[in-house]
Amino acid sequence: MKASAFAYARATSVDNALELLGRHGDRAKVLSGGQSLMPAMNMRLISLDLIVDIGGLAELRGVELQGTILRIGALTRHVDLLKSPEILIAAPLLREAVAHIAHPAIRNRGTIGGSLAHADPAAELPACMLALEATMVVCGANGERRIAAADFFKGIFQTALAANELLVAVELPVVQNSSQHYFHEFARRRGDYAIAGLAAQALLDGSVFAELRMGFFGVGDRAVLAGAANKLVNAPVTPALLLSACEGLGAELDFQEDQQASAAMRRHLARVLFARCVAALLQRPELHINGGVV
Amino acid sequence: MTASVGISLRVNGEHIEAQVAPRLNLADFLREHLQLTGTHVGCEHGVCGACTVRVDGDIIRACLMLAVQADARLVETIEGLSDSGEIADLQAAFRERNALQCGYCTPAMLITAQDLLMQQGEPSREQIREHLSGNYCRCTGYQAIVDAVAATASLRNRA
Repeated sequence: MKASAFAYARATSVDNALELLGRHGDRAKVLSGGQSLMPAMNMRLISLDLIVDIGGLAELRGVELQGTILRIGALTRHVDLLKSPEILIAAPLLREAVAHIAHPAIRNRGTIGGSLAHADPAAELPACMLALEATMVVCGANGERRIAAADFFKGIFQTALAANELLVAVELPVVQNSSQHYFHEFARRRGDYAIAGLAAQALLDGSVFAELRMGFFGVGDRAVLAGAANKLVNAPVTPALLLSACEGLGAELDFQEDQQASAAMRRHLARVLFARCVAALLQRPELHINGGVV
Repeated sequence: MTASVGISLRVNGEHIEAQVAPRLNLADFLREHLQLTGTHVGCEHGVCGACTVRVDGDIIRACLMLAVQADARLVETIEGLSDSGEIADLQAAFRERNALQCGYCTPAMLITAQDLLMQQGEPSREQIREHLSGNYCRCTGYQAIVDAVAATASLRNRA
């Protein structure tokens, strides 16, 4: 199908974009890479009065290391993340995750800001932001505000962004050298949206987790940090402890059902991911088998 | 409020000026305004890959880009790649191996395969499948397509 008619404005600056958004409220929408907005418009899931195209705002593009902070402009494309040497060093989890986003032609257009503002519950990047403790940098009429990733994602396609605000960048603390990550997702085919996925970042103190953040996606109505991971921090991980944490995860998350999978299947897959992640990070393959989920 | 917008771009080396409605996507612009019907329209929501073209050297979905977004860009379609001879060997390999049947996916399949071959001299079959994974073919079962791309890669390496 074709999109219904709308007016088009090419934003000349962030202020200009904010002014346009302020004037049209929720009848306007920001166009970044368009790889989620355009399908939704073509399928007539949304119709709008005005599209504000921010594609020309070069200041919103690019990856920059600022001391211990990695700043990624909202217009940075998935393919740019994939090729960025800064990402490889400062947030390797992100690089691994991005390879799972759709296909090359989509990654050449889709942007990190667009994906995060869209907040698809099955998208990879929101979960990565949770695991990496990202801060969202948001501009509005009253200036800039910063929102922790944990407070940003509110529900299906819902975020803390107001209709007259613009996500301009994300900031990530550079991961420590000894920090480790894990990423895996279950999808029907490569490039499809995940049925269940996990992006995790961990810090090990010997054989014990000093930090463990597990961002699940595709399981519920938004990307979510698993509280169950905290049970494994500062404690020797035994099969019994892992099993109990897995059970905690099964009770904690609000698993959704759709045409791809039942809630019970998602609960099972999330527990499999949880156990595999812990076994992989600790390099103890026996944990997944023993501590597991069967 | 939905007034048409003036755009100026290059398509297959040719300078184009046009007035387009904001809702018009690049695939429809190419097909209906420029009669470049080698760019096919399948699903119109970015899943099938039939509308793949090159913009500023990158492959993209022409159904997920507005014509107004192509302003000041360099667009290349299958007509351009074919006429310049850039993919003549790839097209020959597709013919030799029957890597097409109905042909609907073929222009985009060729553009996507060429994109891989430009990035990677000697891709594995796995890498070929991965790169073509966003392009649907409902006839061939992909085997012959992967064969044709692999054969072209090794021929180019020998040349």
